[in-house]
This record gives sequence, C-alpha cells and structure tokens, in this order.
Amino acid sequence: MLVLTRKKGESIMIGDQIELVVISVEGDLVKLGIKAPQQVEIFRKEIYQSIQAANREASEKTLKIDEVSKFFKSKE
Amino acid sequence: MVFLLGRMELDKQMIVSTMSFGELEIEPKEIYEFPQGIPGFEEYKQFIIVQPDKELQFCYLQSIEESGLALLVCNPFLFFKDYDFQLSEANQQELKVLEEKDVVVWSVVTIFTQSNEATMNLLAPIVVNIREKCGKQIILHDSEYRTKHNLIFPDSEELAKVEG
Repeated sequence: MLVLTRKKGESIMIGDQIELVVISVEGDLVKLGIKAPQQVEIFRKEIYQSIQAANREASEKTLKIDEVSKFFKSKE
Repeated sequence: MVFLLGRMELDKQMIVSTMSFGELEIEPKEIYEFPQGIPGFEEYKQFIIVQPDKELQFCYLQSIEESGLALLVCNPFLFFKDYDFQLSEANQQELKVLEEKDVVVWSVVTIFTQSNEATMNLLAPIVVNIREKCGKQIILHDSEYRTKHNLIFPDSEELAKVEG
C-alpha cells in the first residue's frame, strides 16, 4: 500500500482521471473530496464489505427448494 | 466444472451441474453475464435464473461456474411497495439499458429457519437487462436501505396473482 501524508487542501491523483482532495481535518475526522469519471463507483468500504457478507450468508443458507416452498407457504 | 462452448453455438443445449437442482439442461442464450461478478463472489460471472416452483414468486440466481452458488431472489416490489431507486446513467450504460422494460430487479432473500423469518437485501438489488442478458448487483450507498429488511408476507391471493 502506498502511504502519503497530505495537508488540508492538498490532493492525490490516482491514474489521470481520479482525484482525492483532503477537504478538512477535524480531530479524528478527515473529510475527503473525490473527483472521478461517472463509471467509477465510489463508496465507503464497510458498505461493500457488508454486501459481501450478506451475499455469503445468503448463499450459505441455501435451503432445499421444498424447505423454501414450505417457508413461503407457511406465511400464507 | 462446466466446460463452455463458443458463444456461436447459442442454440445448443448444455448441461449445468448444480448442488440444489441437480443437472440442468440449458441453452447458452439463457445465461446472464455479470462482468463484475457479485460482491463476495467476484470471480463468478455467469448465472442462470432457476424458478423451481412456478406457483411461488421466487427464483434462484444460480452460478453455472460454481455448482454450490445459488442465491434465493425475489421481486422486492411484492413485499415493499414503496421501494424506489434510480438506476444511474453509468449503470444504465453498463447494463446496456435502452428502455424501462429491459430492466428486471431481484433482491436477495435470506431465510432463517430457526426463527422462521426471512430478510431481504434492499441496499443492493440485483438488476438485470433481460434483453441483453447481463446483470449487476447495484449498491444504493446513498440510500437508507439495509441488507436486512424483515419480510412481511402479503396474503396468499396477492402473491399468487402477481406475474413473475
């Protein structure tokens, strides 16, 4: 991992189309601005990780089809 | 493991091994391409939709590359009438969407048999283009939705009369 130290107002370029700007630093909180092309998705890492975890949990709990039918029918 | 034939033979039947449904005979044109895979399973990029019980409104997104990977999915609007999100321009382009009817939305359902409950992931709907046969799991990171919304079941009549 490349580690860089930046001051408020300074930027980092990732490739030639993505820019990360340090907007403000207040105690533990760092506010970052990100400029990127529309097709590049940007999100907090823990959200992506929560989707990964949810998908893995759903796939581990793959029930036999008759159990799922029974479940859905029990709700009627 | 499935050995895939060239895409030119679109009408030729192929056999897919699945842990949940045994061996399935499918046509290559039924395959949905997920160029980015899905979170947690990024390396699997080809899926089919399996609807084992035509009377019940749920399906499985089954990987044709990994026989054990099958996600239970359902139409979220059946359970959450107010569910609403925008498909961004970037995603529309990526999914080659030309009109609204190209798009079908599935949400992943997790069933907890011990407590006889089920939850649905509204934070990350699976959006497919049924004409182009491609799909992606979209993360609605700016929304208030979560990965686990409790499912309240509509009455049986309502569930039966809605078409898949």
